[in-house]
Amino acid sequence: MLGATLSDKTVRLVIIALLALAASGFFLPAWVVNNLMFGLARGAAVLGLLVLWRTGLMSFGHGLYFGVGAYSVALAEQWLGLSDFAIRILIALLAAAVVSVFLGFILRRYRDIFFAMLSLAFSMVLYGILVKTEALGSTDGFSVSQTSFFGWVPEDKLPLFVACVGVCLVLAVLVQMYLRSTLGRLTTAIRDNEIRVEYLGFSVSLAIHIKYVISAALAGAAGGMMAMALGQVDPDSMVYWTVSGELVFITIMAGPGSVLAPFIGAIIFEFLRTYAFEIAPHAWQLIVGATLLLIIFFLPGGIWSLLERIPFIRRLRHE
Amino acid sequence: MQLFTTILLDGLVYASYLFIVSAGLTIIFGVMKILNVAHGGFYAWGAYTAAYFIGSASEMGFPDWFGFIIIAFTALGVGIVLGLLIERIVLRRLYDHEEILIVLATFGIFLILEDLILLIFGVNPYFAYQPMVALGNVEVGGIFRDVYSLTLLAAALTVAVGSWWVLTQTRWGKLIAAVIHDREMALTVGINVRRLFVVTFCSGAVLGALGGAYIAPTVSVAPGFAVDVIVLSFAVVVIGGMGSIPGALIGALLVGIMRALAVHKMPELELFVIFLVMSAVLIVRPEGLFAPAKARKI
Repeated sequence: MLGATLSDKTVRLVIIALLALAASGFFLPAWVVNNLMFGLARGAAVLGLLVLWRTGLMSFGHGLYFGVGAYSVALAEQWLGLSDFAIRILIALLAAAVVSVFLGFILRRYRDIFFAMLSLAFSMVLYGILVKTEALGSTDGFSVSQTSFFGWVPEDKLPLFVACVGVCLVLAVLVQMYLRSTLGRLTTAIRDNEIRVEYLGFSVSLAIHIKYVISAALAGAAGGMMAMALGQVDPDSMVYWTVSGELVFITIMAGPGSVLAPFIGAIIFEFLRTYAFEIAPHAWQLIVGATLLLIIFFLPGGIWSLLERIPFIRRLRHE
Repeated sequence: MQLFTTILLDGLVYASYLFIVSAGLTIIFGVMKILNVAHGGFYAWGAYTAAYFIGSASEMGFPDWFGFIIIAFTALGVGIVLGLLIERIVLRRLYDHEEILIVLATFGIFLILEDLILLIFGVNPYFAYQPMVALGNVEVGGIFRDVYSLTLLAAALTVAVGSWWVLTQTRWGKLIAAVIHDREMALTVGINVRRLFVVTFCSGAVLGALGGAYIAPTVSVAPGFAVDVIVLSFAVVVIGGMGSIPGALIGALLVGIMRALAVHKMPELELFVIFLVMSAVLIVRPEGLFAPAKARKI
């Protein structure tokens, strides 16, 4: 199993790239590491959207699971006093997965715009609940304390960064394995023609349901990482539809070509935003909007399709 | 009883302005199969332009009723200019792309339109209360209400009757019906679908701008106030069935009244209620209440 996994060239590339990223954390200034961490968190959620996007589905409401993940980290601390990294990630991932198992029964019947819009509606229902419920922190949300590692509370954020890289590495490898499995290969087939897939003897709705749960679990883990990186959860920065919109934007910008693309896209997005706010504070949305249009017009494969001009990355495509 | 009248009036007023905006959205979707997120941009541009001109007209000494003429011309001007620009520059190149990608492109346009407003009109709110003050208040069923809001009901009714008339009684309406039913077949029998798209998109944009321009005198026109409107008018359109004008009317009434009820009885549930209704409708009737059934293509 492990041998088969390691023989996949994309997996090797992911391992090398993310280990290099983790190592770079020891040399880079703190604000860069912080930005990289936000990028990794968002990247994991975008990876979830990529799993859906490969099959032609786009959720405009993934902020729902991002928020569920983030809030379960905050609430586990408020109610149970848990602040260990591994527990936080697991709780965030599982909470999102459980919610998505239930909503999946409804959503798996929808495609295209209806899938996108119903996802948006569900995320706005959660937003409505969070904003109006005092017990859940209302509009202020909660602050999240420093993450501990088996009882050890580090001084700076570097250990958290390394741990987040580790989580992203595991998630990316797992998703790559999923996409290469029979179930994962149905992805493209379902996008092309559902009825033919049914005739082949596979259940389309079950395949989409599983895909949806995987996607939600990834977004949940991502929300958990974001809560730890930010040290704060509130409805506007975790659940509001602009959060979902940003995730969709990064998905398109990064391109669906590889499991590594979401992380590259998300990190570029973080730095783009940091500099945009410094140089042109009132034109951030203008930049995002124009980029979106340019990518749709001229670069349908996203940033990853630029990287594919490099020969050894291009060869990965035929794996 | 008074509370009931208040809720009913509030609901109807809110529903009429939601209907004007949603009618534009649903007409564009019905004909072009484009879920136009940029609609919120038309709305905001309509509101800002109207507020700006009403303000300067009043400074120049025009009478207050002149505001209504400004509102009408603003809606036409903003809708046609933005509609033509966006159709020509962006949408025309994307007609053969996936639906979701077109939605994202219109989302991009929306973000651009929002920031252009900040760059042109600045961050300070605009007030254009003159037309509202000019009409004064009136007593309806024991409560006082400004007449301006009530004219909104008439405006929505005009839009409803007008669009019904165009769609069912004119040649344009028949062409539109043909394109909605089967775009390729319409093309084959010689209907100029491209031209129809331009006209539809501009009419939809005019309605979006009209919604914004009409609401401008009753609110402070400030950055970001269009965001809620897109999300709400989507809810309206989805509830009613995308592409159906009667659906938009019913959806707007449902959302308007539910919201008024929530605001007066349980303010904490305002947003929640609307999306709950939307989710419920979608679960029971995936295509919305009034959307025609579609054949499954193999």
